[in-house]
Amino acid sequence: MSKFINVKILRYDPDKDKAPHFQSYKVELRRPGMLLLTVLNQIKWELDPTLSFRRSCREGVCGSDGMNVNGVNMLSCMTKVEDLGSDITIKPLPGMPVIRDLVVDISSFINKFITVKPYIIRHSPMPDGELYQSPEDRKKLDGLYECILCGCCSSSCPSYWVDKDYLGPNAFLRAWRYLIDSRDEGADERLAILNDKHGVWRCHTIYNCVEACPKELNPTKAIVGIRKMLMDKQI
Amino acid sequence: MINTTKIEYHEYDVLVVGAGGAGLNAAQVASQYVKTAVISEVYPTRSHTISAQGGISASLGNHEEDNWHWHMYDTVKGSDYLCDQDAAEYLCRKAPEMIIELEHIGLPFNRTPEGKIAQRPFGGHTAEYGKRPVKRACYVADRTGHAMLQTLFEKAVAQGTQFYNEFLAIELIRNGDRVCGVLCLDLQNGEVHMFHAKAIIFATGGNCRIFATTSNAHINTGDGLALALRAGFSWCDPEFFQFHPTGIYGHGNLITEGVRGEGGILLNSEGERFMERYAPTIKDLAPRDIVSRSMVKEVLAGKGVGANKDHVLLKIDHIGKEAIMEKLPGIHELALVFAGVDCTKEPIPVMPTAHYQMGGIPTNYLGEVIKGYGSDAETVYPGFYAAGECAANSVHGANRLGTNSLLDLVVYGRTVGELAAKFAKENQAAELPENAGQEGLKLLEKFANANGKNTYGPVYSRLTKLMEQKAGVYRTEEHMSAACKELEEIADLLNDFKVVDKSSVYNLDLVEALELNNMVLIARCAAKSALMRKESRGGHAREDYPERDDVNYMKHTNVTIADGGKTINLEYRPVRTKPLTVEPFPPKPRVY
Repeated sequence: MSKFINVKILRYDPDKDKAPHFQSYKVELRRPGMLLLTVLNQIKWELDPTLSFRRSCREGVCGSDGMNVNGVNMLSCMTKVEDLGSDITIKPLPGMPVIRDLVVDISSFINKFITVKPYIIRHSPMPDGELYQSPEDRKKLDGLYECILCGCCSSSCPSYWVDKDYLGPNAFLRAWRYLIDSRDEGADERLAILNDKHGVWRCHTIYNCVEACPKELNPTKAIVGIRKMLMDKQI
Repeated sequence: MINTTKIEYHEYDVLVVGAGGAGLNAAQVASQYVKTAVISEVYPTRSHTISAQGGISASLGNHEEDNWHWHMYDTVKGSDYLCDQDAAEYLCRKAPEMIIELEHIGLPFNRTPEGKIAQRPFGGHTAEYGKRPVKRACYVADRTGHAMLQTLFEKAVAQGTQFYNEFLAIELIRNGDRVCGVLCLDLQNGEVHMFHAKAIIFATGGNCRIFATTSNAHINTGDGLALALRAGFSWCDPEFFQFHPTGIYGHGNLITEGVRGEGGILLNSEGERFMERYAPTIKDLAPRDIVSRSMVKEVLAGKGVGANKDHVLLKIDHIGKEAIMEKLPGIHELALVFAGVDCTKEPIPVMPTAHYQMGGIPTNYLGEVIKGYGSDAETVYPGFYAAGECAANSVHGANRLGTNSLLDLVVYGRTVGELAAKFAKENQAAELPENAGQEGLKLLEKFANANGKNTYGPVYSRLTKLMEQKAGVYRTEEHMSAACKELEEIADLLNDFKVVDKSSVYNLDLVEALELNNMVLIARCAAKSALMRKESRGGHAREDYPERDDVNYMKHTNVTIADGGKTINLEYRPVRTKPLTVEPFPPKPRVY
């Protein structure tokens, strides 16, 4: 039994379009549990080869295919079409410059991630062998290291849209992942970067990032943690 | 339109092509010494290493006694005696120090109660030369590759590596016996770039997208191998693919062997734990080639499950919800989304999925690319290195053990990063020949302007189904001959091809056409090599030649191409059976 759905996609090719425009496709659903990425591939391979989008692992870990679907940021490869209804509207991630169709420019997003020094900083020497970490200390990293850099969080944040220098929830989540790693000694230099008008104080705790995260991570909690660490340091 | 009239030039000491685990580790090491750039088709954190789940092996012995020599024995036996034993010794001896290095740069390994790196059992890894399973796989829940790729990217960033993201490599440039450059397409604006370098590292990953059912990402189309072949280099052991036993039924996405490492078992339609019959000692933790064949045998014997009795079940609920959510949370999510199954309550439907190519660009035990054929087969091409899935050092031989691929990435990534940096310090770059890049530009123009009949979708579908049906887990002369013939027809379709999208900006239609062109070449080489290997060894199982034949086939296949790929030449190279310092492991019947 086949069923058709209507998929409306915001298209833009700077080579020929003055402005973005919607294009509609009628897509056949061929199996139960079909995923949105399968729909996009079906459009590309059978209906319209000019559609451009990013995808790679097609299992929710590479973070390539974040997009705005019916107003919500999500990964196409982990989204079941049956959960979206028979009319689907797809747009590129908001708040990031569009390169082509659903492909956005993430260079600023990645640069902000790098800005917070996302690596172990050590001043004391490393041991020759393993640097022990208790299971309790390791557990603190759960809910943080799983980030896939898809951009769904920062792209859902109004502060990120209006302040182009705002580091955004993704960078804070990664900063917190290193700030609370028992092996790290880089808190002071990292906090100096975060304690800025474009840093953690810009967050208005509206939780868009938490709702948008396809991995169910909580950047707002990380922001609150960083703020508390900053306050403690000042006292 | 893509502008092929203007080329932007760049100069580097070391150029790394590919940004998976091997490429990033090579880059972060080389960047400590010389000016290093990475070009990658995707942003580095989107490379396929991200999908590796279960772990990375090293004989740390954090739970029980272990040593590198047992690990080496398992690797050689697991390879069905086709691996090069100097490389296997190198890999297994280096493993513990590499794990500690990863730990020091931030990899968030799971921990034992004392705070040491936690380890779990994995397929084919044993204590005392095959006596019992051993806990050797270090892991980060079931996201080991994810954590590793991001940590290595972060380290490379800290080291000042220069990244060129979303650059697709089109041609490898060669000047005599030296490699000197890579021609690339910048996907974001359609501009063409030439990277001129003193040393070049290929870390371009695998090619299992040539199979319809695969665990591989969209990008795993064998681009690096195809470029190396066109530049006159070799491909070692093209016929050896690993079919991972536990792909999600109907999708092919991977369910880590770590599920069985944590106590998961495979069941047939009678509820029988059938691996007890095929591998009495280590049962469900037998190496992947053996488990995959056993599953297919069960299905062929009518003991499959489901409406079509065409798959088996992987049961894990008995270890308890808490253990599953702590150690296998990613699997829980994948099973839910792709199979609609809550694995804390029900078994996961599984069937083998094309997962890994054991062969690659031939190298010596240090990752230096070698000629691969003739009486001087071991001769090194100075300044050219290969690491990771695109390379055949060859630690994996005919069948790779689970967790040895992540180990291969970091050990060989580091080794070639060091060697390439040293080479670049001591040598000048070979000059770019006068017409450097013309072949690549011709290829680019051919597809960018292609206005023929065939489009990507139908050709890709035909290619991948053919490879699955005729060159999958079990192979026969009849099927392979038919596959070789049909692959030539498919290759012809590319001469009457149509790229509908003419944009210069992020032209995915053009990218896929170039990838398809590579995949067809890859599939032709693989099918021909498989047809010619008249024995069964590791991932290559012939119904018409069911036994391993050490007298005639304990040797590496070596493929080169001529006439722009029209001709595929097959030769063979002896296996390097002599380890670096220890006695060789002679071939024995492979029972578990």
